[in-house]
Amino acid sequence: MRAMLAGADRPLVFAGGFILAILAVGSVYTLATAGTLTLLSPTYLVLQLKVAAFLGIVAAGMMLVVLLGHIDLSVPWTMAASAMLATAWGGPMAIPVGLAVGLAIGVVNGIGVAYLRVPSMIFTLGVNVVLRGLMVMLTGGFSPSSQPTETMLYLAKGSVLGIPNPVLIWGAICLGVAFVLRRTPLGRYIYAIGNRESAVYLSGIDTRLVLVATFALCSLLASAAGLLLAGYSSKAFQAMGDPYLLPAIAAVVIGGTNILGGSGKLSGTVAGTILIVLLQSVLSVMAMPEAGRQIIYGVVIVGMLLAYGRGEKARS
Amino acid sequence: MNDLRLRLSQNSGALLALAMFVVLYTFYSALHPRGFTTDLFVQNSNESTTLILLAMAQTLPVLLGGIDLSVGALMTLVNSVASEIVSGTPLQIALGCLGCVAVGALGGLINGLVIVYGRLQPIVVTLATGAVFNGIALFIRPTPGGRVDGDLNWVVTNALAELPATYGWWPDGAPWWFEAIAGIPAPVVVVVLVVLLIWLPFRNSETGRAVYAVGSNEAGAYMSGVKVDRAKLAAYTLGGVFAGLAGLYFAIQTGSGNADPIQAGTYTLNSIAAVVIGGTSLLGGAGGVIGSIFGVMVLRAITFCFRVVDTDSAVGFLANPMLQPMFEGVILLLAVSFGAARVFRIRNRLEMFR
Amino acid sequence: MPDTRRSPLLSLRGISKTYGGVRALTGVDFAAAAGSIHAVLGENGAGKSTLIKVVAGVVSPDAGTMAFDGIDVRFASPMEANAAGVVCVFQELSVIPDLSVADNISITDPPKRFGQIARRAQRRRAEALLARVGCEDINPIARIGDLPLSRRQMVEIAKALGRDPKLLILDEATSALTAADVQRVYAILHRLRTEGMGVLYISHRMNEIDELADTISVFRNGGHVRTFPKGAASGTEVVQMMVGRDVSAVYPPKPARPPSNAPVLEVRGLGWTDRLADISFAAGRGEILGLGGLDGQGQRELLLALFGVLAGLEGSVAVEGREVRITSPRAATRADIGIALIPEDRKTEGLVLPMSVGENITLTALGALTRGLVIDRTAEASRIDAMVEKLRIKVGAVTDAVATLSGGNQQKVVIAKWLLTAPRILLLNDPTRGIDVGTKQEIYRLLRALADEGATILLYSTDYDELIGCCDRVMILYGGRIVRVLEGDAISETNIVASAFNLATAVEAVA
Repeated sequence: MRAMLAGADRPLVFAGGFILAILAVGSVYTLATAGTLTLLSPTYLVLQLKVAAFLGIVAAGMMLVVLLGHIDLSVPWTMAASAMLATAWGGPMAIPVGLAVGLAIGVVNGIGVAYLRVPSMIFTLGVNVVLRGLMVMLTGGFSPSSQPTETMLYLAKGSVLGIPNPVLIWGAICLGVAFVLRRTPLGRYIYAIGNRESAVYLSGIDTRLVLVATFALCSLLASAAGLLLAGYSSKAFQAMGDPYLLPAIAAVVIGGTNILGGSGKLSGTVAGTILIVLLQSVLSVMAMPEAGRQIIYGVVIVGMLLAYGRGEKARS
Repeated sequence: MNDLRLRLSQNSGALLALAMFVVLYTFYSALHPRGFTTDLFVQNSNESTTLILLAMAQTLPVLLGGIDLSVGALMTLVNSVASEIVSGTPLQIALGCLGCVAVGALGGLINGLVIVYGRLQPIVVTLATGAVFNGIALFIRPTPGGRVDGDLNWVVTNALAELPATYGWWPDGAPWWFEAIAGIPAPVVVVVLVVLLIWLPFRNSETGRAVYAVGSNEAGAYMSGVKVDRAKLAAYTLGGVFAGLAGLYFAIQTGSGNADPIQAGTYTLNSIAAVVIGGTSLLGGAGGVIGSIFGVMVLRAITFCFRVVDTDSAVGFLANPMLQPMFEGVILLLAVSFGAARVFRIRNRLEMFR
Repeated sequence: MPDTRRSPLLSLRGISKTYGGVRALTGVDFAAAAGSIHAVLGENGAGKSTLIKVVAGVVSPDAGTMAFDGIDVRFASPMEANAAGVVCVFQELSVIPDLSVADNISITDPPKRFGQIARRAQRRRAEALLARVGCEDINPIARIGDLPLSRRQMVEIAKALGRDPKLLILDEATSALTAADVQRVYAILHRLRTEGMGVLYISHRMNEIDELADTISVFRNGGHVRTFPKGAASGTEVVQMMVGRDVSAVYPPKPARPPSNAPVLEVRGLGWTDRLADISFAAGRGEILGLGGLDGQGQRELLLALFGVLAGLEGSVAVEGREVRITSPRAATRADIGIALIPEDRKTEGLVLPMSVGENITLTALGALTRGLVIDRTAEASRIDAMVEKLRIKVGAVTDAVATLSGGNQQKVVIAKWLLTAPRILLLNDPTRGIDVGTKQEIYRLLRALADEGATILLYSTDYDELIGCCDRVMILYGGRIVRVLEGDAISETNIVASAFNLATAVEAVA
């Protein structure tokens, strides 16, 4: 099983190498076409990190749920609902209101999965659809009066010592999630449940509470990303979360987290996030049409996974 | 009698969906200002058929215990292809239709090959191939448009009576047997033919049963000598065929192609919802395509119902078409929560984890 | 019929198989004849299952050759083995629960018309085969997952017969059967033998082997020990062959002690569905109370009930004289109750295999090792080291995945994780299954030492010898009820076996 430990680091190495390769290819392109090395400039790289922060926060939360062997498809409208309710109703309390909305959605997801034992893929899908419906009902189909607070604008657009605030927040969240995973009982239980829930249950642990707490954390992070995105765009809008679901899942699996749960590292997810954002950006720098971007995106995911050579052991 | 009861209980999921549909559709027809008419029936069938075919496509991977997040994208791809090749002479049109189905089959086969021989999880593989299919679709059709044969569109989206009228058969009047079926909407005929000519023969073949066996207990199926890999490849390929038919129908119905990734995603999610409402177990091994058809009919009937709500009444806000997604979501959650009754009947809590 | 009795139907030469680092079979030579019932005996982990899997084409051996019916073969899959005439009934493994009985029976070679499965013909075939195993009562269109375990097992046997085997392998095929079904299976096997079929029969039940087998082979530690005709060795000798040495000296001495007055665990009128009925007993401090009887008489359910896993219990449970309601394992481990369970299947219930030895050991005790929100890693490491040392767990590093350990050391990890909670009452479900004898002996000593320190221990074992050697008292369960409690010298094999078949109570009822 030493090999397994080494295998957990392999995605990080692969993703890191691939990130460098993307930068290299992009740089050759810019050098050849414009004679510049735009992609290697600090401004460009910091901007990419800033773009990556929103996806990175969502992916960190998604990773927690995937480690359990579950998935959260309600992330898009958790983001949108938190941001919309926060800006429409929250007033000066926008951020706490938004996070509370996210927490509540996560608890509902957790209850459905842990207590009703509905497969998470279906339950969170249903919750996503219901949230969308609720938002449409509350806003009557129009964009609500959406005014992010000063704090939201500052957190999303400001910077400290040249580092954009979203990047700092992403970093802080990553430290927090890594802390939970590595140092707290919750983290230990998350990995253990992802491997074998029955053994954890029989160890005298209330696995249902762990599931609820993890889904709540995931939704909390999604709502944080939603609030940040609302600040960044200066408004909350209906489909704001839709472009984040599939890239978040992709970032998690490219980062080496087993989609069946039980193993994976946050560092991998961070690398996966950066890889995806950078890939999208470089392809757009290279004026690759959307068609080509989608194709390359899909091929990269499958290619990376095949390269890790992780096979399921369905048969003895 | 005993056998009948067994068979009913073994198909309770699909039957429940059918019952829900009958209730909803009766309600709808009763409330409709003009009542139930052939035109209404034709219109409703048209609105359901693409999703029905797509839910059929989703059913096969789910029966295996997998999932296909690429069905919507594959449908979109075939839709784009169809907008290029389904026009011209009747022979060209026929070949074009065949080509569309072949593209669907190829897409499904690729999914199957990567899943079986790459030993990767279906959910991530189809997530990725979905992006690829979307990309190719955008490549073929960067902007909505294209052309699909107009006669074909007319025939496929209307009552059967239009078939001889359009192509000029029986100028002296249709034979009596055709008059009897002339009121049936063509899309219904399409779905019935697909079920009779493709699904049922597959279901009753050894490979079809192997799909159920693999979904129910893969290790056991392997031990019993079932050809597991072949069953998986067959299931994903047939799923691709159905997705191809969905894309083809969509193209004929709309008369054009549109490579819209967001629409593809919505269709994929709705197909999963329909499969679950139709009684197919997400764990695999139980259920079937016919249940999924009922599942789509339930979803669509909900949509229809809200159209006929009186906007001036106390519940007038329900008529808002924007609300329909929420009710679809609520129905989905209710349907899967029926399954939760099992949890409360469990006497040995270890069974929760299986 | 060709006379195949001279050259064996099946012969293996130098077969070896290694899983990861574990040698499951080492250079095994083995032969089985047609027209004979050949019993294969051995402890769990002796290599019997691997042997069967090799013969049935489920796993490929690393080395060695195999000949079947006089031809050298190498089965790459169960399909190839079936085609050659080797058919195996695995313990419930190959049932496809969502398909009908008829579908299961004809899963690979259904009768067909125009490429379609001919349902009617398939159903008739199922009816004929079910009749052959005396199970006409099973409806061929019933979903097999809805049938009780014993019926499923009979369907599996019917399915195997439908493949016209030359060699039929039964792997613990009778473990789930009712007594009446067992008799039917015996009759079928006797008939098949006279028809010239070879039968390999794997079982743990000595009485079955006496009744059925013509030839007996004993396996130990992945090797073939000896093959001999039935009757050539006594029961004790067979056991010694399986265990590898004198069996009497492995148990620590039982201390003589007066019965304690205040019971630590008191159960009154416990019942659960149709599996447990009116279970009442008390266990005192420092007592090892055995649970015996045939497999599946409610012993497992009793332990799960006490551990809070079962819902809908009747009756009452008191710990230290205080009535308690245990509704979850979490509740069972609370300090004022203090129950621990070593579950039946350490791989799925006891351990999280891919995680480290250390993480598994402290899984039960993380709450106590947490300061604020953080796991106190120093304290954790010292607890882990202490347990590894106390139980002498052989491990390279405590950060190694627990899956890399041998079965015996894995079981020690399961015990260690519960010892960390310092349980008042320890429940063990067949803890020595598939474990080497040395480790068994250590576990027996450990249990006695824990009892001496004041723990109350409930030990369920499928091995009568273990009950005799370890326990102060033994309760025999039959059909979910306690039929007899044996104490002191009354704990003997004869008494246990007689009670296990509920013979004694039958006699008492008559008297």
